[in-house]
Amino acid sequence: MATVTFKDATRHYPGNPKPTIDKLNIDINDGELMVFVGPSGCGKSTSLRMLAGLEEVNGGQIFIGDRDVTNLSPKDRDVAMVFQNYALYPHMSVADNMGFALKIAGVAKDEIKKRVDEAAKILDLAPYLERKPKALSGGQRQRVAMGRAIVRSPQVFLMDEPLSNLDAKLRVQTRTQIASLQRRLGVTTLYVTHDQTEAMTMGDRVAVLKDGYLMQCDAPRYMYDHPNNVFVAGFIGSPAMNLLDLPVVDGGVKLGGYVVPVSREDLGGATHVTYGIRPEDMDLSTDGTGLELVVDVVEELGADAYIYGTAAGVNQIDTDGDGGSKPFLARVDGRRPPKRGETVHLKPKPNHSHVFNADSGQRLGK
Amino acid sequence: MAKKTYARGHRSPLASFGIHATLVVASFIAVFPIVWIILTSFKPKASIRNLKLIDNPTLENYTALLNNTDFLRWFSNSVIVAIFTMIVGIAMAATAGFAISRYNFPGKRPLMWTFLITQMFPVAILIVPIYSIMSAFNLINTHASLVIAYCTVAVPFCTWMLKGYFDTIPKDLDEAATVDGLGPFGVFWRVVLPLARPGLAVTMFYTFLTAWGEVAYASAFLNTNDKFTLAYGLQTFVPRPPTLPVWELLTPAAVLITVPAGLVFFFAQKHLVAGLTAGGTKG
Repeated sequence: MATVTFKDATRHYPGNPKPTIDKLNIDINDGELMVFVGPSGCGKSTSLRMLAGLEEVNGGQIFIGDRDVTNLSPKDRDVAMVFQNYALYPHMSVADNMGFALKIAGVAKDEIKKRVDEAAKILDLAPYLERKPKALSGGQRQRVAMGRAIVRSPQVFLMDEPLSNLDAKLRVQTRTQIASLQRRLGVTTLYVTHDQTEAMTMGDRVAVLKDGYLMQCDAPRYMYDHPNNVFVAGFIGSPAMNLLDLPVVDGGVKLGGYVVPVSREDLGGATHVTYGIRPEDMDLSTDGTGLELVVDVVEELGADAYIYGTAAGVNQIDTDGDGGSKPFLARVDGRRPPKRGETVHLKPKPNHSHVFNADSGQRLGK
Repeated sequence: MAKKTYARGHRSPLASFGIHATLVVASFIAVFPIVWIILTSFKPKASIRNLKLIDNPTLENYTALLNNTDFLRWFSNSVIVAIFTMIVGIAMAATAGFAISRYNFPGKRPLMWTFLITQMFPVAILIVPIYSIMSAFNLINTHASLVIAYCTVAVPFCTWMLKGYFDTIPKDLDEAATVDGLGPFGVFWRVVLPLARPGLAVTMFYTFLTAWGEVAYASAFLNTNDKFTLAYGLQTFVPRPPTLPVWELLTPAAVLITVPAGLVFFFAQKHLVAGLTAGGTKG
């Protein structure tokens, strides 16, 4: 087992004006499941491939344990990778696919068979060992790809969106399987996904990347409660946090007709801030105070209901840059949702507000 | 009266007759010369030019060909040249095709164009310059000269073919194999080549045929009877007019000459299977 360290690791494709990965610094602890998450093009796959040795490192260093692997070829790094599209060898049986790396390494046949059988047992692949990949279902192929990694007992597992080719139900199932398997084997794992739910549910820690920069790296729960900046606030959590551009007034920020208390030192003299509140962090108020919202759409999900609406004088800021206006969103009790067209009043729960600098997007206060 | 209509997949008797008649005529045109040659090869020398299809069948033409001429020597010469052309040509074309398919290097596009352009010159133009090159290397009247000359024809074409085939094999497999511990040659040999079997089979058959039936280079580079290849040697059975061709030797030779090509094709077609890469990657 080993730790993994990215130290100022940089990848700059020739011809691109700016680096795809710019001075990435991150430490992955021994046995940890680290998830890299971000929108497409953020460089998460590139950084994983840099660790695998499939992508050149143009600056900085990468360590596995104490070994500097920056310029080592993939086979000398002792890493195993699970590809997004599995990349199984179509001309080999499942057993041969799983044992291929060991065969190349010159491991004895009995030993290979033993380890393949063990891995097959863990992954319920025993009945399929003699089949070719084309005779397997998508989920089985995914497990073979996992098996190929497990059999090698490498220092680091690399997983590049391994679930994105599975259907929704299988994805949820497999995601818990992978997480529990990783914990059982205790192998340091770097897992890349664009799906923030996957990141939140699987990761010991989650690193959010954007445009080649690390935005935040923390445990999922902490990141959910303390996003460092507007991007992370908007990216982590589903449905997404409401992010509003609000004026600062005496005693706090002005949310419609309601003043959310924020301490003066947290605001640091700003006149405008980006205010964030998660949909579940608001209560319907009965006394007519709070943010006045006209309900446009009610989504009833059974246990919960989400209400979408417009609030006078309150605008969602455009975090994803698509220019579309976003409605304000709140979660309410699923058994007693308001009706469409109704006007409701919402009050933020105390201590669940997030305040960000309107220009830099950085978090203000705790 | 209502016009009779036919269900989908059915046709009128007249259309059916027309289609079948066309097919019968076309098949006859394709098959007849071959059948005629085979039948003629079994006719005795005296009646070889009469029009009877079967006339006292005999093997005497074959025994004469095998015992009284250099046929067997030419045959083995041809086999040697064709097999070496196939091995050398495919080795070069496959490695070149792999490099072009998988790596970026300066001059890659010009190289590909060069391969195409060399194909555009007719043999008649190339024969003299290649002759002087061969003679400069003392290769005239050797089989090596033919193997090299045939490779100049076969390698560029096969490189294009194989490059195209390698492009269809997902690069992810290369990367998986690299992470599993293979170097570039290992990836080529153990992952890409096994998956390129259909492409290899086609190009191998093509290189074999290139060498097997070629006359122009053979007649220019070879000058002693013991080095002749089949296609060239058989020309000695066709004297200058007005003397008539030696049909009793040409026909059995023509039959025997198809056997190795047929064998190579038989082995090649077994590998012409679709979907070798199925199941490797999703989508």
